[in-house]
Amino acid sequence: MLSAADIATLWLTFKVASIATILMLLFGTPLAWWLARTQSRWKGVCNAVVALPLVLPPTVLGFYLLVLMGPNGVIGKLTSELGLGTLPFTFPGLIVASVLYSLPFVVQPLQATFTNIGKQPLEAASTLRANPLDTFFSVVMPLAKPGFLTAIILGFTHTVGEFGVVLMVGGNIPDKTRVVSVQIYNHVEALEYNEAHWLAGCLLSFSFTVLLVLYSVLKTHPVAHQLK
Amino acid sequence: MTLSPIVARFQLNYGAFSLDVDLTLPGCGVTVLFGHSGSGKTTLLRCIAGLQYTPNGYFEINGKVWQDSKEGIFVPTYKRSLGYVFQEANLFPHLTVLGNLQFGLKRIGKQSNTTDLKQILELLGISHLVDRMPDKLSGGERQRVAIARALVLKPDILLMDEPLASLDTKRKQEILPYLNKLHQQTKIPNLYVTHSQQEVAQLADYLVILSEGRVLASGTLPETLSRIDVPLAQDKEAATVWDVRVAEHDADYHLTTVDFSGGTLSVPAINAEIGTSLRVLIHARDVSIVLEKPTATSILNVVNATISDIVDDQCGRSVVQLKIGKQSLLAHITSKSAQLLRLNIGMTVFVQIKGTSILH
Repeated sequence: MLSAADIATLWLTFKVASIATILMLLFGTPLAWWLARTQSRWKGVCNAVVALPLVLPPTVLGFYLLVLMGPNGVIGKLTSELGLGTLPFTFPGLIVASVLYSLPFVVQPLQATFTNIGKQPLEAASTLRANPLDTFFSVVMPLAKPGFLTAIILGFTHTVGEFGVVLMVGGNIPDKTRVVSVQIYNHVEALEYNEAHWLAGCLLSFSFTVLLVLYSVLKTHPVAHQLK
Repeated sequence: MTLSPIVARFQLNYGAFSLDVDLTLPGCGVTVLFGHSGSGKTTLLRCIAGLQYTPNGYFEINGKVWQDSKEGIFVPTYKRSLGYVFQEANLFPHLTVLGNLQFGLKRIGKQSNTTDLKQILELLGISHLVDRMPDKLSGGERQRVAIARALVLKPDILLMDEPLASLDTKRKQEILPYLNKLHQQTKIPNLYVTHSQQEVAQLADYLVILSEGRVLASGTLPETLSRIDVPLAQDKEAATVWDVRVAEHDADYHLTTVDFSGGTLSVPAINAEIGTSLRVLIHARDVSIVLEKPTATSILNVVNATISDIVDDQCGRSVVQLKIGKQSLLAHITSKSAQLLRLNIGMTVFVQIKGTSILH
């Protein structure tokens, strides 16, 4: 069965993933919109930077974050000056790392959806007196629903599933940075296979269920169909 | 609605394509922008709407300036009082027909359930479709909804970019009568882009012919269509239109007599009251020339005319422009006939008009 410590890690994981997903939507949506529409020569560079976590070993990303956010790093000095202390091995530090690590899973589906919507609906809206911001909320958002759904689910589940970055940046501190994936590692290290099974099973069924829901919704969503 | 003219001046250079127009258009009725693909007609319409930014442009309607590059004025599209109908209906797929129609109304702060809306729904025959989603409409219905969506805003100008081009012939025939009705019942000036001669003849009051980003000719429809110096005159579909009035019906022979400024024409029976104004289309290929009044001919319409211009296309065909009273007429004849008859500018001849079509 799940112990109290296991349940604490589940709850912490849920918190990290929820907060990170919200932050990724806040930053990722304008970024994806810009990437989908811009002709700027920086587009290629930005696309590459956003996609980096897809190909880098999590330890590499974690290592650089550790250095940057540490007492001698650029970000670390800044946070110290602001009186926030340093971020490694703290909950906020874990959130920052998670956002960077999972950002491509939010930005890429959104960018693809925005590109797919094209400029026609935007032009139609502008001839019907809708200003650009109004158009984004009343036309783009409803049309991009499948993209947002994909982004939320992939961003959330990917954050739930992270391990390497957490270990590097967050460490293994109960109730602060010890998430499910780390707890499973702890159980296996201690040869507590039964406990590891319970947690691993939880993650597996959770991930499978949300992905199943996502793909069945995408298959039947009328707007998703039409945009193809 | 005032009748102050519309002024449109745009210059644009893309390297391979450039646009350079300077037009003064009537502030009422239907102005057709005609040209082949690549002539710049859609680009011009997009410049007028502000969908396409031109660094060098001027546009004025009803005394309101939408763009004046010299003064640094460029009103964004969403602040312009216009209605735009795209080639593809471009309805919002996530809204019902009614939702699409109300989209603009909500933004100009008007009640969305007005009698205006009902009238427009009726005018376009889409009252029964209001609760449908766009993907449950036929192509023709979608385009009618798009026209209604632009029209309910009562814009200063209606811009239509080949609204019928994506439809098959049957659907076109289904929408054309609505467009004609629309133009008769609303006073909104309309700029209508097309490459179809048929739509020009049916809809235009005023015609602008564009080619490679330049204006070849612009003027009233009868005037511009009968011009001999535009490529349209050489086209095998070349035709002139006359505005006529129904004078008399002959039930025995199923004929109707119509008056025009230079005489009368017999046309196949029309179901219209005496005095109704109509537009008659005469294809240049249906007009032949004889020197003396024929005494025995199967052709009913023989009228006296004066040759005002002749152009030989160097491929065995001559285009002859004739004047009958105030009306002009184009005739396509072989160059050989033109030589044999020794046709010259100023000569008085008889023209036989073999066929006419009534447009509306």
